[in-house]
Amino acid sequence: MISVQQINKSFGQKHVLKDVSLDIPEGETLAIIGRSGSGKSVLMKHIIGLMQPDSGRVFVDGVNINDISYAELRRVRQHFGVLFQGGALFDSMNSFENVAFPLRTFTSMNESEVRNVVQECLSMVELEDVGLKMPSELSGGMQKRVALARAVALRPRYILYDEPTSGLDPETSNTIDELIKNLANQLNVTSIVVTHDMHSVLNIADRAAFIYEGRMHWTGTMDELHKSKDEILTAFVTANEYKIGV
Amino acid sequence: MLRNTPAFILNPLQALGRYSQLLFHAFGAIPEFGTYRKNLWEQMVRIGVESLPIVMMAAAFSGAVTTVQTSYQLVFPLIPKGIIGAIVVPSMILELGAVVTGFILAGRVGARIAAELGTMRVTEQIDALEAMGLNSIGYLIVPRVVAGIVMFPVLYVAACFVGIGGGMLVGDLGGFVPIGEFVDGAREFFQPFDPLFGVIKSLVFGFTITSISCFKGYYTKGGAEGVGRATTQAAVASCVFLLLADLVLAVILL
Ligand SMILES: Nc1ncnc2c1ncn2[C@@H]1O[C@H](COP(=O)(O)OP(=O)(O)OP(=O)(O)O)[C@@H](O)[C@H]1O
Ligand SMILES: [Mg+2]
Repeated sequence: MISVQQINKSFGQKHVLKDVSLDIPEGETLAIIGRSGSGKSVLMKHIIGLMQPDSGRVFVDGVNINDISYAELRRVRQHFGVLFQGGALFDSMNSFENVAFPLRTFTSMNESEVRNVVQECLSMVELEDVGLKMPSELSGGMQKRVALARAVALRPRYILYDEPTSGLDPETSNTIDELIKNLANQLNVTSIVVTHDMHSVLNIADRAAFIYEGRMHWTGTMDELHKSKDEILTAFVTANEYKIGV
Repeated sequence: MLRNTPAFILNPLQALGRYSQLLFHAFGAIPEFGTYRKNLWEQMVRIGVESLPIVMMAAAFSGAVTTVQTSYQLVFPLIPKGIIGAIVVPSMILELGAVVTGFILAGRVGARIAAELGTMRVTEQIDALEAMGLNSIGYLIVPRVVAGIVMFPVLYVAACFVGIGGGMLVGDLGGFVPIGEFVDGAREFFQPFDPLFGVIKSLVFGFTITSISCFKGYYTKGGAEGVGRATTQAAVASCVFLLLADLVLAVILL
């Protein structure tokens, strides 16, 4: 259970998050939607304590992560898998080593076990053949998928995805959507998916949270989303319509 | 009160505060050092072994030049030639060995560290390490600083040997001073404290260069341009603080 309570965050004069609150129950897949620059990535970084709110609190499993020691925070973070918007692959390691990195660092697996898990993760994102390639030799979309494989390698309880399907072709996007759904259903992962893509929202999410100009403007289930009469929300959704494919 | 402090005083103070904070965290990460041992090896190879050729070359030349210059300055025929050895060897051990090595490492190692860490910062790789639950300071900074402290004295010793060797060789071949007299002169005026001073100095330089460059790289802001800025600043700041440390150590210890 993740609970974000009335957080505010400014960078200099720029007030990015304004009184944002959000609850994500165990096992839920929540989509965070909103326009570019509305503060989605910043919100995500608050959830794992990479950024500290100016005011407000973030609870993970009942623990206020802004109020614990660094050592404790690191233990909390080990329950998370995070896919960063730019992938954030370690560019000094090849794809295989990137996915193997959390396994080698945090488990006592031997090399052949590591190899198996890495292969399994890479084939989940349909990239079983790129193990020896360096991140710079991969396309943007491929980097994203390797990063996704790395994020799920340790089978975390919480996975944060920052735009997992942006920059991917529709077919690969669907594969990734299916993967997110499978992880959520089979392993009971709690997922937070930051995205612009209403098609994947409708496909994977239990609930959506719409950030508008730094405020949590609307939250609700997919049914409620369809029925909503909120003008700003409908404008955002209909701008996506051609992708939803009527 | 802080609001009225001019920026040219406040900014360096803030930087110093953040630098100390970073060092504090780095010290805190030392207990879990075992986890990052593999990184230490890699950094020792990069900082030490890969810098060896250029350091030796620079040392050889500075030793040779010092010999030639000293003999040029000693124009009186009555002065025994051995004096040249007595001047070149302590110059190398006390000052040139460490400073030449320091300048080369500031450019080569300092810039590289800042560029590496800066790129990792702006591409969110440092965030990714942190998000996994790793201590990024322990993982990235501690091995680099430790490698600097360990490898700098090694490079310094190599630089001294090669520099003195180069001085002897050029002195002999160029007809300035025969090797025998050079060695005799050096022996006569040898102070056992000199090499110790040089080693202390190189420990300090190794720490200064790597910790400043890590600091500049780790807190890089603003994309590729920011990485460029951090890289230049790391090299320049390393050189400046190296000279400052040089002076302070000389005043305190000599
Ligand atoms: N480290 C930072 N320093 C200063 N400003 C920042 C920082 N990170 C984000 N911002 C600002 O916060 C605002 C929200 O950024 P954020 O990255 O959360 O947007 P986003 O909703 O993820 O957009 P996108 O969909 O384009 O990724 C932006 O105006 C950005 O300029
Ligand atoms: Mg974003």
